Amino acid sequence: MTEIQGKFNPESALLLDVRDLTIQYVTDNGTVHAVENLNLQLGRGETLGVVGETGAGKTTTALGIMRLIPSPPGVVRAGEILFEGEDLLKKSEPEMRAIRGGKIAMIFQDPMTSLNPVMTVDRQIAEMISLHRSVSDSEALTLAGDMLELVGIKRERMHDYPHQFSGGMKQRVVIAIALACDPGLLIADEPTTALDVTIQAQVLELMKKLKQQFNASMILITHDLGIVADICDHVAIMYAGRVVEYAEKRALYSRPLHPYTIGLFNSVPDLDEDREELAVIPGLMPDPMDLPTGCTFHPRCTFAAEECSKKKPDVLEVEPGHFVACPIRAGLGLGKPATGGERK
Amino acid sequence: MNDTPYIRVENLKKYFPTKRGMLHAVDDVSFSIQKGETLGLVGESGCGKSTLGRCLIRLLESTAGGVFLRDEKTGADIDVTKVSAHVMKDLRKKVQIVFQDPYSCLNPRLSVWELIAEPLIVNGVYSGRNAMRARIRELMSTVGLAERLENSYPHELDGGRRQRIGIARSLALNPEFIVLDEPVSALDVCIQAQILNLLNELQREFHYTYVFISHNLSVVKHVSDRIAVMYLGRIVELSDYKELFVKPLHPYTQALLSAIPVAKLDVKKDRIILEGDVPSPIEPPECCRFAGRCRYRQETCLKTTPDLKEISDGHFVACHFTNDLKPTV
Repeated sequence: MTEIQGKFNPESALLLDVRDLTIQYVTDNGTVHAVENLNLQLGRGETLGVVGETGAGKTTTALGIMRLIPSPPGVVRAGEILFEGEDLLKKSEPEMRAIRGGKIAMIFQDPMTSLNPVMTVDRQIAEMISLHRSVSDSEALTLAGDMLELVGIKRERMHDYPHQFSGGMKQRVVIAIALACDPGLLIADEPTTALDVTIQAQVLELMKKLKQQFNASMILITHDLGIVADICDHVAIMYAGRVVEYAEKRALYSRPLHPYTIGLFNSVPDLDEDREELAVIPGLMPDPMDLPTGCTFHPRCTFAAEECSKKKPDVLEVEPGHFVACPIRAGLGLGKPATGGERK
Repeated sequence: MNDTPYIRVENLKKYFPTKRGMLHAVDDVSFSIQKGETLGLVGESGCGKSTLGRCLIRLLESTAGGVFLRDEKTGADIDVTKVSAHVMKDLRKKVQIVFQDPYSCLNPRLSVWELIAEPLIVNGVYSGRNAMRARIRELMSTVGLAERLENSYPHELDGGRRQRIGIARSLALNPEFIVLDEPVSALDVCIQAQILNLLNELQREFHYTYVFISHNLSVVKHVSDRIAVMYLGRIVELSDYKELFVKPLHPYTQALLSAIPVAKLDVKKDRIILEGDVPSPIEPPECCRFAGRCRYRQETCLKTTPDLKEISDGHFVACHFTNDLKPTV
């Protein structure tokens, strides 16, 4: 894959191409299979939603892309993370430091803990700017003020400390820091989970607007299918460290195929319908140290057949761009194996 | 269902003294709940919904007003906020609460068995160990905890199971009224669905009266018979659950409903983006609490506080312009 830069590359529209990424946490009690054979593609200017429950490996994936997996215990076992055609896993630490914040920026879940409580917000934004651009301190502070105005905070408040802002405002500051260096890729890990609905609506609206203005791509990690429906182009559903379904948003919402995806949709109470009982997925998420054999979802699956417990499901392309890791639901023989399946 | 309400809340107030003045957490709230009904209480963080829930069962002493609980046997009303500690201890068996965070509300040093036994022991319900054992087994099966877990400790269990322990504890004394304070907020959607189903089943079987506190409107709609929307310590709208979603009238309710992300495509909603944040609840001025963020604000709104008025059968709205209000959805 090293010759990929030199040649004509038909995939050049791709900003990020994660191939067969496997991340494990090795502990004394056993190995946690946090992410296994993960494949993700993200085009320029696109927004990809990564959906799954706690422990599905969403955050590990994001940290893996940023090369921020705590090691030990985290180990990247295999795979490639091609960002603008170059493998991030082969970069040196100084090179990575220039990429983090400069080309790939991250927004963390909890704005209350991701800001430095003893530093005024303008300095926190300026810190990011002076790390990545050759500007003087005063210029950096001016730019920081501009960024604050961009995210809808008045310039007068630039010398305030984080505790003087509300939760929504703090998340705006975090967004300002993330966008300060005009990154090509923005990874947002549950950016609105800690916020109230009306504030969440404000922040999502802002992120949508700025993403376009900066022409950035975005990976949005969330557990809320509603937010995905609102702002994403593509969706990847994760379960127990694997992507079980990946499709364009419209295809996924109108024709969800994987039994887990269907279960996930059914678990959300519907505002338009009146149902006495919610359809639930029986059982619990498997222990990541002791994953079931074959398809990790088979013990909870209503469609499970005998082979599901034996063979890891191939990723099949059921229609152009719609991948599902379930041979039963894909209708055996109907779909052709996708690239992800062939590469093994 | 007869017409005398099971719980009647009248002009309930709860103020907290702070350095900068009185914080009006719950400010003049009145409503009633029928036996076997679920009242949903929604609002954003800091609107006073949890404080209200706690005042209802006197985990907090109210500043003013009363919470009247009807005694099924005598038919008399008991003011929960004023009865003596002795009467209250007896009353505690009837009113229970399930807390939000199943990770912090359980003593980590007690096993599942001990946790569920605790309310039974404290109230001296059983003298014999065997009778108590049978009751704990029964409770565990009611909430769907496997018997083999009785010697496990909370840290060994996932959030859903821990919440089941919390529910079992609140059911132990056969209560009549349960305050559910964000019981599913800390849980994943799949587990959330399991717990919601469980709560519904329990209500059908034992005819509990619930107050269900949540910030998640779709969850509240799923479980409630009526819903009260709170904003900054006051109820701004109270109505039947269906009507609230079809015909939201208060400008705040409209904005709140429009802000819910819906897991469907092609639902074109006119999203009302509220400007600014919730103002401070400390010494709020005498005006409509929502006026600062309201699209329809007028002079009057900044001068007087609107009362909660019944504008159609069972639909209450606190807005000066109730006659001009139009549903948005």
